[in-house]
Amino acid sequence: MIAPHGGKLTNRVLEGEALQEALKEARGLPRVEVNSELATEVRNIARGVFSPLEGVTPSEAFQSIIESDALASGVAWTIPIIFDVPSRDAIPEGQRTCLVENGQARPLAILDVEDIYLWDKQKAAAAVFGTTDSNHPGVKGFYERGDYLVGGKVELLDNNRGPYEKLNLSPVETRAVFEERGWRTVCAFQTRNVPHRGHEELQKTVLGLVDGLFIQPVIGRKKPGDFRDDVILATYEALIDNYYAKDRVFLNILPFVMRYAGPKEAIMHAIMRKNYGCTHIIIGRDHAGVGDYYGEEDAIEIFDEPRFADLGIRPITIRGDFWYCQKCGRVASNRTCPHGKEWQISFSGTKIRQLITEGEAPPPEIMRPEVFAVIQQFDNPFVT
Amino acid sequence: MPGQSDKVTIKIPRPLYNRIGKLIEESGYNSVTDFVVYVLRDIASVHNRAEDEVYSEEELQRVKEHLHRLGYL
Repeated sequence: MIAPHGGKLTNRVLEGEALQEALKEARGLPRVEVNSELATEVRNIARGVFSPLEGVTPSEAFQSIIESDALASGVAWTIPIIFDVPSRDAIPEGQRTCLVENGQARPLAILDVEDIYLWDKQKAAAAVFGTTDSNHPGVKGFYERGDYLVGGKVELLDNNRGPYEKLNLSPVETRAVFEERGWRTVCAFQTRNVPHRGHEELQKTVLGLVDGLFIQPVIGRKKPGDFRDDVILATYEALIDNYYAKDRVFLNILPFVMRYAGPKEAIMHAIMRKNYGCTHIIIGRDHAGVGDYYGEEDAIEIFDEPRFADLGIRPITIRGDFWYCQKCGRVASNRTCPHGKEWQISFSGTKIRQLITEGEAPPPEIMRPEVFAVIQQFDNPFVT
Repeated sequence: MPGQSDKVTIKIPRPLYNRIGKLIEESGYNSVTDFVVYVLRDIASVHNRAEDEVYSEEELQRVKEHLHRLGYL
């Protein structure tokens, strides 16, 4: 089994007696409310998704990430996990503080506040996103944050797995499943979409190279018009039930806030999947990109840079434009198919959405009928 | 360690070196060294081991029980 990033799988989830004691302690601590996105990050830290991190990023690690894409220990890391506050006195420095998720009664976690520091948002944006343009959604998000960052280790009190408990396994759990199945090589496939035949072809091609396929939809905030999380999961379950060798594929969600940081985020996606026990990750064109901020192959090429050469997890890179070729009778690409456009049926997401909105089934060459049947069960499969 | 290079030399048979040189022509690898490093990293990633365990036996048992309840094991 591949080692976790940095060598150790973080476990900051309190259970049993330790949890009961911490809940008692939390009642006497200062309380700070955090939004659901930070709550997701805190849970990911505690469950080991962000191993070797044990808390929100303190100043030394923050500077190191921004300046050299590595933690202070030298372990590769590209996007700091930040907890911002509007002022230095918003949270007591040097003390233990109880974090509470907005709208929840139960304490989320105890944060051992190590430091509170000013951050240079422009410098951080340039390092993470490669731009300081406020039209970039990730950069805009940085600029809208508070002027100070808080660093410190967390202890999770509320290990709520959300509405998809069975599909929300932590890295220690997926590793146990992979081991049980005897998978020595596992490839991760990240998605935010319902599956079409192009995805299926790609996944099955990869299954010829590795022991197992780890399909991991990213769950969380999406923009209007995107497919809803429950639709994505139900369609993948239908596809796997009908068309996959079940002992070779594993579906599990990743609660995560997309940054749209292109190449730097591709590295982070790989690190998270390494922690889940994956040896490979599929990286496509403009992976985690937005607009035209990144070159189509930037997220592929970054894996060849010397500072990321020892990540451990390796990318399986997908190049080319894909379509269904009626002459070839299969999914094809500009690297494999000699036939003209008149033979091509496009996998255009816009076209598929349009057909679904009109209640019309996409051609079976584009989408499996069983997948479309699942989508039809939802009154509105899209985020509004 | 001060003064120590971050690279080492590994010897391989010359016929193998020459054969790999031919294999990688027009492949995108700049040199035999680049190719050999890529292959070794790929193999090493699979055989990589954790430094030490953070989870106790009791915690790992709880993990397995949870996975049993969910029907995964």
